[in-house]
Amino acid sequence: MSTYPWAAGFVAGDRPQIVTSRFQYEDSYTLERYLATGGYEGLRAALAKPAAQIHDDVKNATVLGRGGAGFPAGTKWGLTPAGKFPRYLVVNGDESEPGTYKDRLLMERDPHQLIEGCLIACYAAGLSQCFLYIRGEMALAHERVGQALNDAYAAGYVGKNILGSRFSVDIALHWGAGAYVVGEETALIESLEGKRGEPRLKPPFFPAAIGLYGQPTIVNNVETLSNMPWLLRNGVEAYTAIGTQTSPGTRMVAVSGHVKRPGVYEIVNGTTTFRDLLYGDEFCQGIRKGNDLKAFVPGGGSAPWFTPEQLDLPFEGRLVGAAGSMLGSGAVMVMDHTTDIPKAALSLTRFYAHESCGQCTPCREGGTWLERILERICDGHGTESDLDLLIEVGTSICPGAFPHASSSKLGLEATPFPYKMTTICFVGPSAYAPVHSALTLFREEFEAKLTKRTLIPVTAGH
Amino acid sequence: MSRLSSANLELAKEIISRYPRARSAMIPLLHLSQEQNGYVTREAMSHIAELVGTTAAEVYGTASFYEMFKFEPIGRYCVNICRSISCHLLGADDLLHHAEEVLGVKPGGTTSDGLFTLEAVECMAACTEAPAVQVNYRHRFRVATEHFDQLIADLRAGRLADEIPEHGTLARVRQHLPADKAAGNVDPGVPVSPAWMEAAS
Repeated sequence: MSTYPWAAGFVAGDRPQIVTSRFQYEDSYTLERYLATGGYEGLRAALAKPAAQIHDDVKNATVLGRGGAGFPAGTKWGLTPAGKFPRYLVVNGDESEPGTYKDRLLMERDPHQLIEGCLIACYAAGLSQCFLYIRGEMALAHERVGQALNDAYAAGYVGKNILGSRFSVDIALHWGAGAYVVGEETALIESLEGKRGEPRLKPPFFPAAIGLYGQPTIVNNVETLSNMPWLLRNGVEAYTAIGTQTSPGTRMVAVSGHVKRPGVYEIVNGTTTFRDLLYGDEFCQGIRKGNDLKAFVPGGGSAPWFTPEQLDLPFEGRLVGAAGSMLGSGAVMVMDHTTDIPKAALSLTRFYAHESCGQCTPCREGGTWLERILERICDGHGTESDLDLLIEVGTSICPGAFPHASSSKLGLEATPFPYKMTTICFVGPSAYAPVHSALTLFREEFEAKLTKRTLIPVTAGH
Repeated sequence: MSRLSSANLELAKEIISRYPRARSAMIPLLHLSQEQNGYVTREAMSHIAELVGTTAAEVYGTASFYEMFKFEPIGRYCVNICRSISCHLLGADDLLHHAEEVLGVKPGGTTSDGLFTLEAVECMAACTEAPAVQVNYRHRFRVATEHFDQLIADLRAGRLADEIPEHGTLARVRQHLPADKAAGNVDPGVPVSPAWMEAAS
């Protein structure tokens, strides 16, 4: 059901294309095709102007980060301490959030677009060296980006005195080796320094101030940077003419699970609703076999769940946040009425429990507890007190109200995103998110699995 | 014997030269050693420690954090079955059980002929093409049980040798950074502002 056999998963449509415009060509990853389709013209346009002006363009275009947090790239570039050099660029290609894939396609199908984006970022923000960190399990992406870098160096687009200018920067291809937590930007930096990928405590120091080798470092997502060539080639006005004022441009969204036509779609930012995405003819065309929609995860495995009541929300970060979830990494996972909810929650929670780096006790122990309790509930050995225990353990990771969607059936009002946390990074809370959503919205399914046996308490002395 | 070979030592030096700090090359060098031997040997870790200026314990401490590094021999083909949410919703559990029966091993196990190691893994970024499988980190999409049987038969018969190299070889294309084209490493300890920024101000 993919539009092109060479881009499995990608579904094209009659919509604006910013980052996927070359997916229609089988040889889209070659320098030849890239140059024939406007390649490196954004870089030329950038080099013709002072760096500060390019930085302003990116700021004015409000290019939101596509990795998960949605922080504007231009603002992020401006957070480096004035006059402190050298500064580095680290590209986050460690995509591994459940449900998410777009960076893999962008690296496999259009590696030069990413390289050009890196160069524009380095030029605008005064970043002197770039490290392109690709997730270890993406062998094809390594090969495509590696070849593209070799070709771009040979043609003078990367390296010393790029296109005859004073702009010089090296891009080194770096390999990951299998660790989800490395997608967190400070863990990515640790990993790039040749250490275990354990996130750093922040605040006080964010990577823009103290990052790689203790120097100011910008960490940007692959999709974010892939927007830059188009933006520079077509200008800020053309970019902001697509989407909404707060969320301009497009976004890559992967819709998976129980829909008729799962796929990766480049959608107009901010205006497309979840109903459009799940039921629209040009998108997923409805739930498989005419089944009913039970729930969906709107923004990657860490996001609190939505039900059909939230279908008319647009794909816009602030609105989704106020409704009790997040857009995250652009991944929607759809569950129809046949879904075993406790098992689905277990699948998600197991992921985060498995991926805990082990630094923070609430995540290392709590995630594993959540997984084990869910496992015994799914195996029919759970007791009534296990449901309270799930909440107790979850609350030790995320004290206070956890975000959730409203439900007229349950009389719930939405609690907005984000949560409080007792851990350094978001992996711990992410283990609790699916448990909290599933238990809040579908408690009766957990209760139906509990054992009817009476357990004999173990008393002292036995 | 399982230190890096002389050819790989040259590659290792080239990789190290791309980083301002040698230790940053740790993971790429571990991959290189895994490519050479199919797994990461103790001798290779000692050799890498010498090359990046740290101890073998530090190298092992780092390497053991990452799932792709194996510290004992595994099968020629590492068959990974995704069990994360999107694949779970579309039958990954059944596929995993089927794979266990076909290969006669549980996740983590290697077949007695040394051809296959089965792993149950988490999200491999192919969620719309569920259930997804990787063999030596090359994707296979929408794998029904009969597709899985065919895949195993093809691998056994060596029909996919061009497409799927032996375990350890991650990418068959390497980055080569030509000395005459390179901008050079930027030392974090030398506070120099970039030339193009100076020109602007």
